[in-house]
This record gives sequence, C-alpha cells and structure tokens, in this order.
Amino acid sequence: MGEPGTKEPLSLEELEAATNMRTGRKHVLSILVENKSGVLTRIAGLFARRGFNIATLTVGPTEDTEISRVTLTVDGALHPIDQVTKQLHKLVNVLKIRDLEPGDTVARELALFKVTADGAQRGELMQIAEIFRGKVVDVTKRAIIIEVTGTTDKIEAFETMVRPFGLIEMMRTGEIAISRGRSET
Amino acid sequence: MRAVDALMECLKAEGVDVVFGLPGGANLPTYDALVNGGIRHILVRHEAGGGHAAEGYAKATGKVGVAFATSGPGATNLITPITDAMMDSVPCVFVTGQVRTELLGTDGFQEADTIGITMPIVKHSIMIQSPQELPRAIHEAFHIARTGRPGPVLVDIPMDLSRAEIDYEPVSDVRLPGYQPRVEGNQKQIRQAAKALAAAQRPVIYAGGGVVNAEGSEELIEFARSDRFPVTCTLMGLGAYPAPDAQWLGMLGMHGTRAANYAMDEADLICAVGARFDDRITGKLSEFAPRAKFIHIDVDPAEISKNVPAHIPIVGDAKHVLAKLVVEYRAIGADPGRLEAWWSRIEGWKAKYPLSYEDSADSEIKPQFLIQALAEATGGEAILTSDVGQHQMWAAQHYDFPAPRRWINSGGLGTMGFGLPAAMGAAVGCPDRLVCCIAGDGSVQMNAQELATCAQNGIPIKVFIMNNGYLGMVRQWQELFWDGKYSQVDMGEFPDFVKLAEAYGVTGLRFADKTTLVEDIKRAIAIDGPVLVDVRVTREENTYPMIPAGHAAREMVG
Ligand SMILES: Cc1ncc(C[n+]2csc(CCOP(=O)(O)OP(=O)(O)O)c2C)c(N)n1
Ligand SMILES: [Mg+2]
Repeated sequence: MGEPGTKEPLSLEELEAATNMRTGRKHVLSILVENKSGVLTRIAGLFARRGFNIATLTVGPTEDTEISRVTLTVDGALHPIDQVTKQLHKLVNVLKIRDLEPGDTVARELALFKVTADGAQRGELMQIAEIFRGKVVDVTKRAIIIEVTGTTDKIEAFETMVRPFGLIEMMRTGEIAISRGRSET
Repeated sequence: MRAVDALMECLKAEGVDVVFGLPGGANLPTYDALVNGGIRHILVRHEAGGGHAAEGYAKATGKVGVAFATSGPGATNLITPITDAMMDSVPCVFVTGQVRTELLGTDGFQEADTIGITMPIVKHSIMIQSPQELPRAIHEAFHIARTGRPGPVLVDIPMDLSRAEIDYEPVSDVRLPGYQPRVEGNQKQIRQAAKALAAAQRPVIYAGGGVVNAEGSEELIEFARSDRFPVTCTLMGLGAYPAPDAQWLGMLGMHGTRAANYAMDEADLICAVGARFDDRITGKLSEFAPRAKFIHIDVDPAEISKNVPAHIPIVGDAKHVLAKLVVEYRAIGADPGRLEAWWSRIEGWKAKYPLSYEDSADSEIKPQFLIQALAEATGGEAILTSDVGQHQMWAAQHYDFPAPRRWINSGGLGTMGFGLPAAMGAAVGCPDRLVCCIAGDGSVQMNAQELATCAQNGIPIKVFIMNNGYLGMVRQWQELFWDGKYSQVDMGEFPDFVKLAEAYGVTGLRFADKTTLVEDIKRAIAIDGPVLVDVRVTREENTYPMIPAGHAAREMVG
C-alpha cells in the first residue's frame, strides 16, 4: 500500500491524478487479522459506516492460531477499492490485506442446494449435478440435496440450471481465495 | 500490586502529569489507586468536561490527554469528547470502568457496551480481558494515540480485573504488527513535488491541523519562504503559519478570506499539507479549485485522494516531509520571478477584500470588535479556546495567531460546549500561559459546570462570552437561507452570567461599552483565578464573508 508512484515528467499538464476511480469489477480481499475479540465487528462496522457493501464474507482460522483470515468480496463498480483498503488498514488489528488478482487466484465457494425432485426429475438433476461435479448428499422422497464447490460463476450457473426444478433452499458460504504460486496470500 | 496500581505506574512511565475524571462504582479501584498513585487528578463535574479538558490539554501541550470515567453513564458522557478527538485528531487516552466480568452481557447495573458504542469513534479501543494484560494495553493505547495520525484510544477495564493482583513488570516495548504509521515520505515523490512546485505559476500552500500535530510549523514556514509561496490554513491549522505575514492569505473555506478562497480557485498547483479537503473547505466539490493539480502530504494514507484525487500523493507527516521538500526545492533553484504576476493578482484581492465590518457609531460592541479588542489586550499571546458558532468564526478571522497551539477549537465535530473545559485543560497543561476562552452564550451553557472545577482548583481561565442572546450561527442561517423565519434560536436574557459565575465561586463581570473594552479586558485578565465575562454584543450581526454551503469559492457573499 502507498503512493502508486508519480511518473517522471514534469510540466504540470502532464501530471495525472491518482485514480480512486471505480474499477468496475469484483474484488476479493484477503485480510489477515489478529485473532482478537471484536475484530469482525470492527470490519463490519467500518463497512457500514463508510457506506461500503460487503458482497460476501467468510472468516476462518489460518495456519497460525493467533491469526484469522477474513475473505470478503466487494463490488469495485460501487466502491473505490483504494479507499476501502486504506480504511481497513487503519484498523490496528488488521495485519495485512491482499486485493487478490483475478488471474492469479484460486477462489472457491461451497453451496448446498435443496431441490424438488420426485421420480421423473431425479435422474435429470443428478445428471446436471454430475456435469458440475456436484455431489448428491441427501435424498428424500420429494427432494434431493446437492453439494457444489467452485467459483462463484460456476455456482451461479448451477443455480440457474436447477431453479426450474423447484429450488426449495440454497446456502452458500461465500468465497475463500488463495493466490497461486509461492507467495503468501 | 493490583492492576490499577500498575495503571498508575504505566501512566507515570508515559509522562502523564494530570488526569481529568469523575469516579463511580465500576472505577472505584482506579480511584483508590489514585490516592497514593503519584498522579494529579482533577475532579470534573461532568465527564464531557473531563474529556474536553483532556483534549484542551493535548492540543495546548502536544502531549496525550487523559480522562477517566466510570461504566455506563460515565462512559456514555464521554461520547462527545471522544468523537471530537477523533474528528480533530487529538491524542487522548480514555480509561473507563466496566462492570464485573461475570455481569458482562447481562444488562448489569450501569453496564453499557462501551467498546461497542465507541467503536466508530475511536482510533482504537482495548477491552481488558485479563488483569495481566493491563500494562501492555495502556502502553499500546498511548503509542497509538500519539503516533501517526493522532486520535482517541479507549481502554475499558472490568472492575474485578482492575482490582486483581498481578506481577507488574514495566513494559518498555510496544509491538503492534498491524500498526506501522509511515512518517518519512517517499523521497522520489517528494522530488516530484519539488519539481511540480518549481513549474507552478500559481501555487498555493494549503495547510491543516496535521502541521500542528506533527510539530511541523517551523518546517512549513521554511518551506513557504524557500520561495514566495502563498499560504492559507484551515480552521484547524491556524497558527501553523504566523499571521499576519506578507505570504499569509488568511484562513480558507466557508468563512475564509476572499484572497485565500480565490487563490485556491485560480491556483494551478495546490500543496495540501495535513489537511483533508473537508466540505467546509471545498464547498461544491465539482467546482473546487478547477484549474489545480494537487500535491497531498498526509500521514494518514486514507485521507489522500479520499475527497479530491491527488496528483502527487505523499504519505508522511508534515514535519519530515516538508523538511525534505525544502531541500529538494532549493536544489532546483526555481526562479521566484515567475510568481510576480500571481502575487499581483493576490495583492489585488487582499487590498480589495480585507476582512472588514461596519463598526457601531455609539458604544455598542460589535462582535468583530470584541475579538480585535481581545487580540489587542492579550498582545496576540494568549492561548485562545473557542466554542462553536459565529464567535468561533470571528475569532478565527480576527485574532491573528502568531504560533501553533495557540488556537484550540472544535473543528470537525463543531461541538458546542468545547471551549470552557478545553481552556481548563490547556491552563492545567500550560500553567505559565494566559488562557482565554471565547465562548458563545449558547455554547457556554453546555459545560458551564466546569466553572466549579476551575474555582476549586484555582484554574485561572478567562472566559469571554460573546453574548448575542441567540444561537447566533443558526439564526444567521435562518435569516439567510430560511426566509428569515427564526425558529428556536432566541435565548433571551438567560441566565444572568455574572450571578452564575459568582454562584460557582468565579469572578463575574459584564462589559457593554466598546470605548473602554480593551482596558476592561486587560483588567479582567489581571484578576487572579478564573473569571467569566458577559460581553454584550450586537444581537443580529452576520459572519461574513461566506461561501454558502454547497457553493463554489467564486460565489462568496458578504
Ligand atoms: C452540541 C451542539 N448542538 C447544536 C449545534 C448546532 N449549532 C451550531 S452553532 C450554534 C449556535 C451557537 O450559539 P452560541 O454558542 O451562542 O454562539 P453564536 O453563534 O451565537 O456566536 C448551534 C446551535 C452544535 N454545533 N453543537
Ligand atoms: Mg450566541
């Protein structure tokens, strides 16, 4: 984080403003925080107060017991990501923030779909599940539960496919994400 | 020793010489520890008074101000000072009592979720969960309050933990991996800034409270004088650059001078230092300084490009960055002659639009005259605190502040009732200086109870109430923007401030004659101990000039 670095001109006309513009895409922020009480409230409160919307949010332990990871997604079309991350950095318990590069990140979400499935439909549903590498985890007379893991896009595509069958209930965890290669996330 | 005894040791180790506060059930242990704790404590009459006193102390001395309060209502009474300290970046540590841990979350007697309530208004807060943590937490609190962009830090201590025995070992290091303020500034960016300044034909330095906080006033002066850069300050920055001065444009913003606001409007390069482009400065954002490129120097990266995108962002504090900027700028050897045309334009505005007002023909005291009389009687040398309203703006305009930490007011939050307790804190922090408060007749009633504190402790503040019988600033807006329909702004003749002062054991005076005013003020200042003066001024006078809210600098009226 810091100054992007101003180019070497210099007539004043050549100076360009650092953009705090909207990027127009979804951002996945991977935030390492001290595992202390109230940290999540501080983050959530900051978002609410500054008028930033959290699209999804997950929290979990890391390999270090004193540190937790918050993964949250923010719409860069609605909010200046630069401001969001700078404000987050001001929280003393926030240790590190990575705005994960879409091309360099493995992101996953887990979803459970409970879908109406009486006899005739069941086979077709199971076929769709297979195409999406979903797993049927429970079956009753009237419904089946399918577990799907993948990117948000894939889960949304699956949802579109099964909705016409009668979607009784859906649950999603929100994305977690990790960067590729050797660098830490 | 008990955790609270360790608290006293920690405060002393942090150099705390005074605490403002008021006891209650949940912080009885703290007050017990105070008895032999070796720290001066000033018993205030309302926790808000204690909180603002801590702010006044901090602003006057540059040290961290400290206030204590009990749980529940004690803590909630601190909300306004905490918010005020957050908005104006005042280094303060607030230590609150909390109910016993076994009662937490049960709506116990005087339980309030202090940490939760204050979360949006603190720089940081710490809930003590084990007594052994207390010393480290206190030192962390001070470190966070005073470094980087200063601000309020709250430490909440459940009563059972505060009285628990601990093994106290002095803490000498504070390690906060998630908190690493950067003060130095990126050298390359600083060089870019110097080049841009050398290329500028119409530069302006726009300095804010960050310069005062960073003790960067000398560096600012040197920077400004490394060429003939025109300088303007925000309400919070007044005194960072000495007024009056050939390069001084006056304050900018809603009630700033035309010279300052027009210069911003026509500038080709604005160098913002420790300022945050608040809406009272920018007016209509889309028409703010339309021709300018911006260098933005701030210790808080989140301020940079928050409201106005910066062309040359520099994260660092004013003192460090300006010192380096001067060196880089001098190395370029820019031609000062290039600023001739710009200065003749500015001189034109200065000559055509000085701050002026129509004085009374008789002995009536115009509010602006009161400020000028105060400046004359004090030789401009007082620490002046202020409440919020018209009197505050007139003081900012007409009392030329020659040095930083002389002007102490509530800018960001605009807290009525700030002035009197802040003066009290400033006077305790600077016992050798004259401390005056310019108060509003409305504002002063919001913390008048601290007169008792001043009387009891012989805190010799001189409070001058600019008494117009109105919530004057609101009246002005109703007159100008709400068709002159006055709604709930007339306070009549109440109270009798002289009697009020006397009831509190404070000398009370009343002045109403401008012909003797300077001498009268000198006489009031010469009186030992605290003095409250009811100064009767013109009732319906407006603060001008003014940029109406949401308008551009070009549209100044009055
Ligand atoms: C606590 C608080 N309540 C309300 C306001 C809104 N307000 C701003 S200025 C003002 C009038 C202040 O009156 P007074 O202290 O007499 O000062 P004057 O403007 O008359 O000089 C008010 C009510 C405020 N700033 N703070
Ligand atoms: Mg008034």
